[in-house]
Amino acid sequence: MTNGQKTFSGRAWIFGDGVNTDVLAPGRYMAAPVEELASHCLEALDPSFAANLQPGDLIIAGEDFGVGSSREQAAEVLKLLGVGAVIAKSFGGIFFRNAYNLGLLAIVCKQTSEIKTGDKVHVAPEAGEISVPDRNILLTSEPVPDFLLEMANQGGLVAQLETRLSGNRES
Amino acid sequence: MKLTLPRTLAEKIIARAAGLNQVSPGDIVTCRVDLAMIHDSGGPRRVAPILKRLGASVWDADKVVLVSDHYVPGDDDNAKSILQLTRDWAHANAIKNFHDMKGICHVVLPEQGHLKPGMFVVGGDSHSPTGGAFGCFMFGIGATDMAGVLVTGETWLKVPASILINLSGKLDKGLSAKDINLALCQKLGMGGGKYQVIEFVGSGIETMNIEERMTLCNMTAELGAMTGIIAPDKVTTKYLESVGVRIDDDGDWQSDADAVYSEQHDLDLSTLVPQVAAPHSPANAGPVEAHLNTPLDRAYIGACTGAKLGDLQMAATILKGRKSASNIRLMVAPASVKILADAKADGTFDILVAAGAEFLESGCGICAGYIGALLGENEVCISSTARNFQGRMGASSSEVYLASPYTVAASAIRGRVTDPREFLERAAHD
Ligand code: SF4
Repeated sequence: MTNGQKTFSGRAWIFGDGVNTDVLAPGRYMAAPVEELASHCLEALDPSFAANLQPGDLIIAGEDFGVGSSREQAAEVLKLLGVGAVIAKSFGGIFFRNAYNLGLLAIVCKQTSEIKTGDKVHVAPEAGEISVPDRNILLTSEPVPDFLLEMANQGGLVAQLETRLSGNRES
Repeated sequence: MKLTLPRTLAEKIIARAAGLNQVSPGDIVTCRVDLAMIHDSGGPRRVAPILKRLGASVWDADKVVLVSDHYVPGDDDNAKSILQLTRDWAHANAIKNFHDMKGICHVVLPEQGHLKPGMFVVGGDSHSPTGGAFGCFMFGIGATDMAGVLVTGETWLKVPASILINLSGKLDKGLSAKDINLALCQKLGMGGGKYQVIEFVGSGIETMNIEERMTLCNMTAELGAMTGIIAPDKVTTKYLESVGVRIDDDGDWQSDADAVYSEQHDLDLSTLVPQVAAPHSPANAGPVEAHLNTPLDRAYIGACTGAKLGDLQMAATILKGRKSASNIRLMVAPASVKILADAKADGTFDILVAAGAEFLESGCGICAGYIGALLGENEVCISSTARNFQGRMGASSSEVYLASPYTVAASAIRGRVTDPREFLERAAHD
């Protein structure tokens, strides 16, 4: 289970620039149950992705990850498949919000090109550190605003609203 | 003192919605939402389960506009049930502003008089920046964010800086706002907007009608901007009057002369040539010349980006008295039912039909890639839509070239990517 406050590790899957919402959640499966949609996640770029992903694996990408549509299934399918976090040079703005709303960590790191397929990557979001201990690589990531980390920790926006609304009802 | 600080239009709208005198880029603020737009894809079917889990209801049904467009016409079982679920939810939640299969949300919204300058609007769709053409601050959010808005009437945002794009000069014949968008995508890239606000200004804007301004703002999504915006002027007011909207506040919805922008870009429109974006990114744009004679299977005039009345008229200018190539499937999906009626009334429809166009329902259609005549394996299409991501409009092996309605129409005639100015010159000599 990914936890924004703590550190975690995962195996790297490498993608390039401009990984968009339409390859993450292809339109022609959008009407299908999200589990089926997830099985087609990123198939246009790597047909083996959904089948071979192990829970806790990390997506390492270039610029503009999640650019495109507002469809939050693009983040939801990654979460559903068990992706531990997405680490990219930059994110599409809507995707970034969607990811945290669903409790998926999206971490900005400008040096993701240093990471290679299969690397065991260690992530410390609060400290802003990303490392590959086996290859002595230490990278810095941009700090995530506290309230977003907190939201991800609580399991996303809905869980947070649940707490807020039940608090209102009790008081 | 704070009141005297120069502010951009976006900052003024955000400050008002946040109940503050002043906001600065980087501030995290909570804003009251004036209007929330949702559609059949990201709307009820996604938010209803969340509202149920929260045991909450819609904060203000009158501030919600619901549009069914993505699964239109609903010709398979999944789509049918999504459209029905949408209707049922509208009814159960007393959503009066429900536009069921009347056209694409970004076009229906202004057409139905829901937008006016100074509004803070969220849309459950990435092309929500289209609302910026009316001087609104309107941006796209996902379904969970939208559920939060529907429950609380509020949303958070990190106040974006604004990027100024100054358009001078005048477009040549056969060019349109879409060419400007594609040129900007090429110049700035899909991340160039940095999730900031792109404000368009300049003499180039003054000469542009409201539909062209909508196209301009629409594709700020492809520039990675949070939204686009154009300060209201006479053109805006005149349009709003035509749809029955009166500007009844005394809001000052203009950027201050000395407002601070993070960047400025200048584009002389008179230097532009028709643009085409090659597969699989809008940023792969460049002069049409680079792709001349690329063979095509289809030509599509559709979407919120490229099937408004003016877009259909542009296509008609080229196609009048001509025919699309025999091996080309020319498809036209007017952006709204009203636009289809207007096109029938002014003769545009007849011209396009005579040229061999096949008319499709007013909805997102193949632009969304959800339903309808999707592209088959290896099919190549030239399209007036906004995005040509791999597999978006059908098979992963299909390819989409993006262009203006003029260029799509000209290419349909030849069956190959074609510079529309060829036909305009000929028309002039005929
Ligand atoms: S027409 Fe295309 S771009 Fe416009 S809202 Fe529909 S799917 Fe999105």
